[in-house]
Amino acid sequence: MADTTSGTGANAARGAEATRNRPVFTPVADIFESEDALILVVELPGVRPNQIEVSLDKRVLTITGHGDAFGREGYSLALCEYQPGDFERAFTLSDMIDDSAIEAVLKDGVLRLTLPKAKAGPAKTINVKVG
Amino acid sequence: MAIFGPGSQDPWGDALGALRRIQDEMNRTLGGAGARAVATEYPPVNIWRGENGVIVAAEMPGVSIDNVEVVVHQNTLTIKGRKDADADAGAVSFHRRERATGSFARTISLPFNVDAGQVKATAEAGIVSIELPRPEADKPRRIQITTA
Repeated sequence: MADTTSGTGANAARGAEATRNRPVFTPVADIFESEDALILVVELPGVRPNQIEVSLDKRVLTITGHGDAFGREGYSLALCEYQPGDFERAFTLSDMIDDSAIEAVLKDGVLRLTLPKAKAGPAKTINVKVG
Repeated sequence: MAIFGPGSQDPWGDALGALRRIQDEMNRTLGGAGARAVATEYPPVNIWRGENGVIVAAEMPGVSIDNVEVVVHQNTLTIKGRKDADADAGAVSFHRRERATGSFARTISLPFNVDAGQVKATAEAGIVSIELPRPEADKPRRIQITTA
């Protein structure tokens, strides 16, 4: 089980750079639909709940997480296989989402977003008048 | 990378480890923005070394602490666990499946024999930290020099 990511970060896609000089990772994600919701499962290891920002602007959902270095007092790093850093990824949503009822739960470093699908409104008929 | 000083046995500074670090470095350079270094073994660990022992921090998001087993035997530490795929229960259709799931086990050699009774493991934000104190008998001792 290797921790791999593909593609470029959301930052790179927009051509903007972070002001802080620390790595910005693209977190791996599972995205699937249930009957009534779109569910995103995003891995954000080392990120605490108050360091996560989720925003939905029009149809673009952006997830940002600031990882903690978890410094160890009195210890020095002897081997480093994973780097603490920031996470950012943005998705363009195709389904109409009920943005007033989005739920976000963080557990064991994994963020689970439940985006309920908006109920389709009644179809409107337009009367055509003779001019 | 001489972690334990010249002349000492360095279980993390072996030739294979050095090669892997070079590969990681290449991955970081060639992978471009956003790509994380690919660890050959799961879970990836950061090892902290101090006067009183070693802390092994394993990054394994989505692994419940109930599914993790930490075994210490003499100078080896084994982290075993299972990452469940139950997060997608109730899925009707998939858009993306990037997260890996399954069982894993990793054994790490330590520079000293560990007193298993003193080992502490804590989990926070998908990172399991295992504190391995160095036994008193193993700590370096200053020898008083007396004049004859």
